[in-house]
Amino acid sequence: MQKFSGWSLLKEAFGGHQGWKTQWRRAAPKAEYDAIIIGGGGHGLGTAYYLAAEHGMTNIAVVEKGWIGGGNTGRNTTIIRSNYLFDESARLYDHSLKFWKDLSQVLNYNTMFSPRGVLMLAHTVHDMQVSKRHIHANRGNGVDNEWLTPEEAKAFCPILNIERNIRYPVLGGALQRRGGVARHDTVAWGYARAADALGVDIIENCEVTGLRKDASGAIEAIETTRGLIRSKKVGVVAAGHTSVVMGYAGVRLPLESYPLQALVSEPVKPIMPCVVMSNTIHAYMSQSDKGELVIGAGTDAYNSYTQRGGLHISAHTLESICELFPMVRRLKMLRNWGGIVDCTPDRSPIISKTPVEGLYVNCGWGTGGFKATPGSAHVFAHTIAHNEPHPLNAAFTIERFRDGLLIDEAAAAAVAH
Amino acid sequence: MLVIECPYCGARPEPEFAYGGQAHVARPSEPATTTEDELLQYLYLRDNTRGLFRERWRHVRGCGRFFNAIRDTTTDFFVTTYKVGERPDLPGVGA
Repeated sequence: MQKFSGWSLLKEAFGGHQGWKTQWRRAAPKAEYDAIIIGGGGHGLGTAYYLAAEHGMTNIAVVEKGWIGGGNTGRNTTIIRSNYLFDESARLYDHSLKFWKDLSQVLNYNTMFSPRGVLMLAHTVHDMQVSKRHIHANRGNGVDNEWLTPEEAKAFCPILNIERNIRYPVLGGALQRRGGVARHDTVAWGYARAADALGVDIIENCEVTGLRKDASGAIEAIETTRGLIRSKKVGVVAAGHTSVVMGYAGVRLPLESYPLQALVSEPVKPIMPCVVMSNTIHAYMSQSDKGELVIGAGTDAYNSYTQRGGLHISAHTLESICELFPMVRRLKMLRNWGGIVDCTPDRSPIISKTPVEGLYVNCGWGTGGFKATPGSAHVFAHTIAHNEPHPLNAAFTIERFRDGLLIDEAAAAAVAH
Repeated sequence: MLVIECPYCGARPEPEFAYGGQAHVARPSEPATTTEDELLQYLYLRDNTRGLFRERWRHVRGCGRFFNAIRDTTTDFFVTTYKVGERPDLPGVGA
């Protein structure tokens, strides 16, 4: 792996930048691997990286039907936080948040992690009660979260409108200072490059078309558009298409796939130093380093695999954004798009073994999976390597739906579901 | 925005409707003998079909009635909508 550093940049500058190498090999599938990960997004590539780096499994492959990070990893609004209500979630998401702090150093790849603070607004008495309950629950779990009055919120985010004469006035907000944003593409690229350096094959343009089981019912191979690949361990990390892939092995999951939309404005000078989210009026916004305002809209109402949604969903979010941040009213929106998110009934993920021996699944991240990428990948790699869950994902099973042990994070994405 | 053909009222815009997920999911009829796995199937497991999908809608801001539809989840185009109690068979559409 070609190391990135100030020195390498200087050296390449003198060589006219002709010496930079491709960051991962264009691998062709081998006949057999010790483990195969289906899905080349951040969670899948991260899983491969931790399998190789922490569990010594280097004869492994990641298969991706499109290109690396072309799905939800490249489509989300890059927000990172861990202020979840329940103990299991707070531990899992905070595990992830701790990885973000030095991920750039570990991967030798600048993920542009910026812990600039995530402010979640309250607009009603009910919101205030829920926010404060979250704050206390978070503190009990060692997750930082604090209450800001409207004036303190405005001092933290100067473009916020705290006038009392709007339909949903800002009555305060919960601030997680350790939260923030990172550049989403670099997470896929950084994990891909680091995994490749450890010998992992990253196989793009390779769609899985079937899962093959042996006589005992254990997983034996995957069928792909680039041929049959054998492996006794297969991890499915296919986000919105998880139901389709798991269907090949006859496993039904409590998932429904919806389009989730986001949009960005034309770039402007720095106006927003933090992330602001509003659950009640359904809007969230931050500013990218390029200057674009990155805005998250909601999911469409219906199951779909189209990666686009109705314009009325984006328009609804923009109405809220214009009321909360009046100074952006004249900005033009440059692009909007959708990603297909796999939602569970309790809005918590499934990171688990499955009824099929050797088949593992990491799915159900719904509308909020990006923040969890490193932690999710880390515990999923442990699950695959040891054939047992890590203590942090032991509760995130498929069986919890049968046993009534839901982890009911209705506020998982801080948007109204 | 989808334009949805309510079998009772005709074509109307999507915001008049509420979505009801997969259609024809029957509640187990004998509560006393229903197993945990049957309840799991009924409450939580869904087909999440990629392709032609039978689904439930309600014209909540119109006539208020439930009906079913067949829609292609890869294009969002409706093949047909039909009244409760009906079940048109179409090639390529699952149960």
